[in-house]
Amino acid sequence: MAALKFEDALARLETIVMELERGELPLDQSLKIFEEGIKLSKTCLKILDDAERKVELLVQDKDGRKHLQALSIDDDQLHG
Amino acid sequence: MFGLASRVLTVSELTNRIRSALERSFECVWITGEISNLRIPASGHHYFTLKDASSQIRAVLFRGAAQGIPFALQDGLEVVAYGRVTVYEPRGDYQLVLESLEPKGIGALQLAFEQLKAKLTQEGLFDAARKRPLPCFPQTVGIVTSLSGAAIRDVLTVMHRRWPGIRVVVHPVPVQGDGAAAEIVDAIRTMNALDELDVLIVARGGGSVEDLWCFNKEPVVRAIANSQVPIVSAIGHEIDVTLSDFAADYRAPTPSAAAEVVVPRADEFRRRVSDYRDRMVQAVRLTVQRMREQVWHSQRMLPDPLVWLGHFGQRIDELDLRLRRAIRDEHGMKHRQCREWQTRLYLARPYSQLHRARTVVHDRHHRLREIMVARLAGARSRTDVGLARLQTASPLAMLRRGYSRVETLPDHRLVRKAAEVNVGDLVQAYLGQGHLICAVREAVSDA
Repeated sequence: MAALKFEDALARLETIVMELERGELPLDQSLKIFEEGIKLSKTCLKILDDAERKVELLVQDKDGRKHLQALSIDDDQLHG
Repeated sequence: MFGLASRVLTVSELTNRIRSALERSFECVWITGEISNLRIPASGHHYFTLKDASSQIRAVLFRGAAQGIPFALQDGLEVVAYGRVTVYEPRGDYQLVLESLEPKGIGALQLAFEQLKAKLTQEGLFDAARKRPLPCFPQTVGIVTSLSGAAIRDVLTVMHRRWPGIRVVVHPVPVQGDGAAAEIVDAIRTMNALDELDVLIVARGGGSVEDLWCFNKEPVVRAIANSQVPIVSAIGHEIDVTLSDFAADYRAPTPSAAAEVVVPRADEFRRRVSDYRDRMVQAVRLTVQRMREQVWHSQRMLPDPLVWLGHFGQRIDELDLRLRRAIRDEHGMKHRQCREWQTRLYLARPYSQLHRARTVVHDRHHRLREIMVARLAGARSRTDVGLARLQTASPLAMLRRGYSRVETLPDHRLVRKAAEVNVGDLVQAYLGQGHLICAVREAVSDA
């Protein structure tokens, strides 16, 4: 799992936007959360822009233990 | 019949012959009737009576045959059964030994479905309150399905189209046939144990009711209901509904639909994040603008301290007025208080003490007078003596005794020496009585 979950980052970002739009914070406080918000938006966009396909297959080895193994979507295993 | 009559048979022999005759005549029969007096002892064999309006017949469904029946037998159930007639020799009862049995007017699977559905509904397994919300942006999605078939390909294609970066973990399972149910149960447990999944899809492509049947089996339904990870079911086509669908947190009509429900569109979220970003920038810009206006405003207020002082002055005047008013009020009160005390004092004045004091004062006054009179008399007599003595020493007395005193004229200097006057000067000589104006004829200084 990612260090910061996308949902949590997005929720925090939303809170920051509303806090800033309310405009009741002192300027230094506003700038502080603004910086945090920009960082969060970067994190979110980075997660969204990740185009690397990550498909894993849970397979059972000979002694019955299950482990993950990478799977390509065009893998022959899909036609078994 | 003669043959039979010609010889005496034992009970066993006769029973055996009856059994053979019956079994030959009723080797395979279809029979319809209503189940009653159902008993299922620990052996797992089912014993009951099939009856209609006027007749009844004993029936038995041995354990092996019973296991092949998906639904549960119950009294009152109208069934169509297939079997043979035989005789239970120890008791001489004839009975039906049934091979298979179906509910009348409804499919066996349909009945089994209804029965299990009723049972699990009763348990609350399908309650809406048990459903968990799906994560709005899962980063790792699990799929329990077969690797053969279109379902997995459809799911992965849709997912990657929506968000290429999503992580998918696939647990392959057989989705039909013997043992499929057990493997699906095991897969759901394994996926939960991974502790990495945000959501789990249990999927199977379309097929017949029998093909989809393992998703109506109790262990599978329970495994789905008890999963810690939220589950989206996507079994068969839209028209196919399984009990697994009831137990899942969300039922998708098809595997592709499941992928759409589970995986968010990255571009939508990208737009949302960008929108938040714009709004943040705008909000901060506004805040800064507002601050700037405040500073402006303050600056404009600042250059005229006289106005400001004027306000203070006014305020001071006001306070002063209030202070004076307060003092006056206070004073008035003090005054009133004072008068009150005065009155009380007057009313409480000590008469007897005053009287005594007055007497004492009177008395002292008299004594003081007496003392003073005495002292004055003493003083007067002392003064008389002093006066007499004084008169004796007075120059007037000397003059009276014949001495005289000479003064120059016109300036009245006392003449003590002859040299102090010149011949011809006028002098005045004071006698015991009256005086003389004299001209100096001669001034003789004694040697």
